Amino acid sequence: MRDSTDSGVPVLAASHVTKQFRVAGGHLTAVDDVSVEFHAGKVLAVVGESGSGKSTLARMLLRLMPVTSGTITYQGKDVTHIRGGELRSYWRDVQAVFQDPFASFNQFFTIGHTLRRGMRAEKLEGDTLDALIETCLGYVGLKPGDAVHKYPHQLSGGQRQRVMIARALMMNPKVLLADEATSMLDASLRVSALNVMQDLRDNLGLTVLFITHDIGQACYFADEVVVMEHGLIVERGTTDEVIFTPKHDYTKRLLSDVPDLKGSLKVRKD
Amino acid sequence: MSGILMRASNVTAVYAAATGQDVPAVDNVTVEVPEGKILGLAGESGCGKTTLGNALAMIANPPLYVVAGKMEIDDHEIDLSTLARNSNEVHRGYRGATVSLLPQGAMNAISPTLRIRDLVVDVMRAHDRNTTKADALDRATDRLKMLEMPVRVLDQYAHQLSGGMKQRMVTVISTLLNPALLIADEPTSALDVSSQKALIEMLLAMVEKRIMRGVIFITHDLPVLSMVTDRLAIMYAGKIVEAGPTEELVNNARHPYTSALLSSVLDPTEETRTKHVLGIPGSPPNLGNPPTGCRFHPRCAFAMPECSLKEPQFLHERDHSVACWWANDHAFETVPMEVNEA
Repeated sequence: MRDSTDSGVPVLAASHVTKQFRVAGGHLTAVDDVSVEFHAGKVLAVVGESGSGKSTLARMLLRLMPVTSGTITYQGKDVTHIRGGELRSYWRDVQAVFQDPFASFNQFFTIGHTLRRGMRAEKLEGDTLDALIETCLGYVGLKPGDAVHKYPHQLSGGQRQRVMIARALMMNPKVLLADEATSMLDASLRVSALNVMQDLRDNLGLTVLFITHDIGQACYFADEVVVMEHGLIVERGTTDEVIFTPKHDYTKRLLSDVPDLKGSLKVRKD
Repeated sequence: MSGILMRASNVTAVYAAATGQDVPAVDNVTVEVPEGKILGLAGESGCGKTTLGNALAMIANPPLYVVAGKMEIDDHEIDLSTLARNSNEVHRGYRGATVSLLPQGAMNAISPTLRIRDLVVDVMRAHDRNTTKADALDRATDRLKMLEMPVRVLDQYAHQLSGGMKQRMVTVISTLLNPALLIADEPTSALDVSSQKALIEMLLAMVEKRIMRGVIFITHDLPVLSMVTDRLAIMYAGKIVEAGPTEELVNNARHPYTSALLSSVLDPTEETRTKHVLGIPGSPPNLGNPPTGCRFHPRCAFAMPECSLKEPQFLHERDHSVACWWANDHAFETVPMEVNEA
């Protein structure tokens, strides 16, 4: 089993965070008094069914959505209400990869254009920028010739998602939030993308928040797992604890619903 | 055709590219569904699963053209080619009634301004203009009761339903005409595990109650297929490379591609926690210019010199078929899974 112990100060933390949406006839609490910590160089998986509040939590951590109450701290500093240059600086350090890589590209521009455009604010250009693009594409197993002159539709789903991870890495982030980043990929491409993130954690010390409804993926590469139901964290612990000795009934039900390759055959035969 | 509900032979479907070149996404594929059984169609993205489903459902539209292939179903023989379809109105009667397609993302196609019952009436009337509203709703109500689903859903709008319920409703509606064959394209991919399980249980109940007599279930999710299907066909680069009973294929993969796909499955088990899966190296080929010989050979850990020279023919071992030179040389041997792990 992989070692999951970590004694460091959290890189990113949410403390008693709540998010309510106004709906007809009252309020809907999407995230309810959630506290969670992310430690350097670790992968934390947040699992749960659709509507459990996983993505809302990620959006608040990314500061793409304001919290209703609670605090978000980054490297010990309260970032819940930062604005302007401070927020832009935070976004450099905390990058995200979303579910649909195709939706993240402008189909009228080449991959190279998209990658360069993102670095305009950093005032990087010429050979320095090309070298950075080459390095970051290299992290995800691509060469500039594979992608830079191509348009998004000319890449496979797996290549597009790897380019999105490379784009996030160009900012030299400390934290990567992957919101269902592999759920649109087939099994082989999914493994490749997970291996890329695993290598980045091991080699660059990247902290990863991995949001998924696929417990098998969490089992493959997460150090810790948090289980969410109806906006609440119902169970948390190391991956081994949560997946192999679950305590909460919801976690047990979630695990029993996962179709596993050989177990399903037995169920079907019975 | 004894015991066989549907047999599609030598289906070839091409996309007309802007360059003027035809790209064969499905290349001379033969597939059959036994009576009362569920066939799973699996493979990587872009291998031709959905294109084959569209060809069999007779909904190929430009730039997709079915250039060859025939389908035998219910004692009828249908020419699947697009040319024949345009000149032969018989296909209109088959679509939806004999072969029904549940396309990808079908649950997002429910009009947000109509109640589910209005969709039911629209579907029924599209096939028989004389169907009354009451008849259509009676049939839908009976069907929902039969499947132990809440009838109140008929009075609701799409936004009032969860993703899982929407997917189950479009499945029920697409089978109201009791089609012989249902082609379900990635019906579970957008659902979480609990909703997936509910849909799978409903599909199995529908086959058991003979609402439809066979299903082609298309997905890249092998654990789902192992739960729901009786037989599996694995596609690679527009061709079927291995087919057989699900249990036999999962436990005794004979094609290196099937073995690599199975190794990439991440079950929440202690084995997954300790293994490092390599995935399949490289990318699927450009179908406009596929590799010579076996199309998988550039990515195959077992490739031999003849693999790049000559296309392997199907080797039939009992109920299990495989097109692979390695399998030819290693009769009844399972492909060693270790090559797919570090």
